[in-house]
Amino acid sequence: MIRFLSRRLAYMALTLLLVSLVSFVIIQAAPGDYAEIFAAQKAATGAIITLADIEAMRIELGLDQPWYVQYGRWLAGALHGDFGYSWAWRRPVGEVIAERMPLTLTIAFATLIFMYAVSIPVGIYSAVRRYSFGDYAFSIAGYLGLAIPNFLLALVLLYISQQYFHQSVGGLFSPGYENAAWSWAKVQDLLAHLIVPVVVLGTSGTAFLTRAMRAAVLDELNKMYVLSARASGLSPMQLLLRYPVRMALNPIASTLGWRLTYVISGAPIVGYVLALPDTGPLFLNALLNQDMLLAGALIFIFCALTIIGTFVSDLLLVLLDPRIRLE
Amino acid sequence: MSVIDVPAATTKSRRKIRRPDLASQWQLMWWKFKRHRLALFGIVVLGLFLVMALFAEAIGIGPPGQRDTAYVAGPPMLPQLIDAEGKFHLRPFVYGVKPVRDKVSLRMTYQVDTAQIWELGLFVKGAPYRLFGVVPGDIHLFGTDKGFIHLFGTDFTGLDIYTRSVHATRASLGVAVVGVLVSFILGAAIGGAAGYFGGLLDDLVMRIIEFIRSIPTLPLWLALAALLPRDWSPLATYLAITVILSLLGWTWLARTVRSKLLATRQEDFVLAARLSGCSDTRIITRHLLPSFLSYLIVDTSVAFPEILLAETSLSFLGLGLREPVESWGVLLFAAQSIRSIDQAPWLMIPGAFVIVAVLAFNFVGDGLRDAADPYSRS
Repeated sequence: MIRFLSRRLAYMALTLLLVSLVSFVIIQAAPGDYAEIFAAQKAATGAIITLADIEAMRIELGLDQPWYVQYGRWLAGALHGDFGYSWAWRRPVGEVIAERMPLTLTIAFATLIFMYAVSIPVGIYSAVRRYSFGDYAFSIAGYLGLAIPNFLLALVLLYISQQYFHQSVGGLFSPGYENAAWSWAKVQDLLAHLIVPVVVLGTSGTAFLTRAMRAAVLDELNKMYVLSARASGLSPMQLLLRYPVRMALNPIASTLGWRLTYVISGAPIVGYVLALPDTGPLFLNALLNQDMLLAGALIFIFCALTIIGTFVSDLLLVLLDPRIRLE
Repeated sequence: MSVIDVPAATTKSRRKIRRPDLASQWQLMWWKFKRHRLALFGIVVLGLFLVMALFAEAIGIGPPGQRDTAYVAGPPMLPQLIDAEGKFHLRPFVYGVKPVRDKVSLRMTYQVDTAQIWELGLFVKGAPYRLFGVVPGDIHLFGTDKGFIHLFGTDFTGLDIYTRSVHATRASLGVAVVGVLVSFILGAAIGGAAGYFGGLLDDLVMRIIEFIRSIPTLPLWLALAALLPRDWSPLATYLAITVILSLLGWTWLARTVRSKLLATRQEDFVLAARLSGCSDTRIITRHLLPSFLSYLIVDTSVAFPEILLAETSLSFLGLGLREPVESWGVLLFAAQSIRSIDQAPWLMIPGAFVIVAVLAFNFVGDGLRDAADPYSRS
């Protein structure tokens, strides 16, 4: 177990290092460095900036150093939560991200729970009642869920709720609650606003998992042990839940890491379209404004989140399923 | 479906009777594929899209860049058969519209004018165009003689959404086809090398694939797309975006190629080929590839919708293709703000094209997956 853990940890550290390198390359690939952008901003306000000033600032910030020195400094800072300074926000990058990260995490977790909570029962139902009306209805919904781009679903839901329910979906709280103290009503308001982003983000993943669950249960239902259990007089419900479903859950649960990657991957666009105060709009606006220190930091954090999440889910699986061999 | 003895069959019907024992593998696959109704339906839909892409000028109503100042941000005009007095018309028609200024918002809106009836016709003469840039023509699939028809309405600058959506089929499917082709070549080459040579190279490739799979790729592609210089020509951006998107799809294919190669390279027929003096390239291309080509086709069909959706999302955000290139995502860019879809919800119609195309690709992919292994019974 310890060998397995240390191997996985070493592998995770290596992946994180690679990811940090990729993020740094993206930061560096943007045209113009921080000193130039700063000078352009100053010049726009009427201050007189000479080339010598820019050069002096470069030396002060270490921008004249070779790339690996700069990378080392960036990485060292990143490990302390210091990702540099966002020129668009005029604040430290770490601070801006820290404000919005909790919401992104909340939505991601809620989406994961939603996906499994919906897909497992629906998958079981579709497998047991194969070719029934419900099975067809769910599989049509699944096909649609896979085919509709996230942002379009978000737009349609926005439009519907605006048009027919006169409810503001954009943002996280109804206007009255925004600055109110935390109360039960405010939590309810928050949950009501979370439904749309979670549904939008989770639809295609749910569709995918439902299909996988249906196929897995169908496979198990045809096995001999089910027949013998039925022959020994186990009630259908008991039999179903105790054996085939438990067996079928394993392959579904083992893709948790991929699901997490998928959710984190899709979250920025959904957050952007729904105008949530999370990292989504932050990331896309940073890209559109070429505020690369912020964008690079976010890419690094998104990747780190999924890598750590995958690691944790792998560990959980090993604990859950004793058949997984520790090599 | 297996009919082995057919003594009474006439020569004509004998051709229709299936002989699984004599059929080639491709024939078996086709039979199995045909049983998948949705997949056949998907093929038909994709065929229609192909026709749309090839003959966009004739299927659209006018030039895609033509602004109709008489109908700006106008709602879709639905063809009707029964008029306001309940009279049936054999020829479909649309009612005329007249501009009215909204007394509250002071915006121009359009009111249906039931006094005016604009009849529609098939294959009407309209604006001249050059098909494929060469063949001159002026016949359009449908249109009106008097007045105008905007089937899906117009956007805030008076551009016809139907015509633009039809033309956008080209860029959207073009990006998908080229992107899939590139990722197919990448996947086959990298996976092939890893599987055939094994050893260190195999380890390295597998680690890279695992790495790419373990990180959220969409933010990464967004960043790469955002880094493309803004002053590149639309064509250069188009090509660059295609390449970026094709980096999405290759990992699945590479894995399939690798695992199939690993499974088959120990087979006797490979050994026989090697003993007869075949080169590595010949063994791979003549003996190994054909033995699992069907699985590759399945994986390729899965990559299509993925790339199509990614392109649409990128363009929708303003980071992918840009005007004057038209793709469905570029058209949806206009529907970005809640205010614009509140005023003109029909701006979302190009999204329906995306959904239908992805559905069709998924259906075909499902059919192909079933057919890829024609010997399995299910």
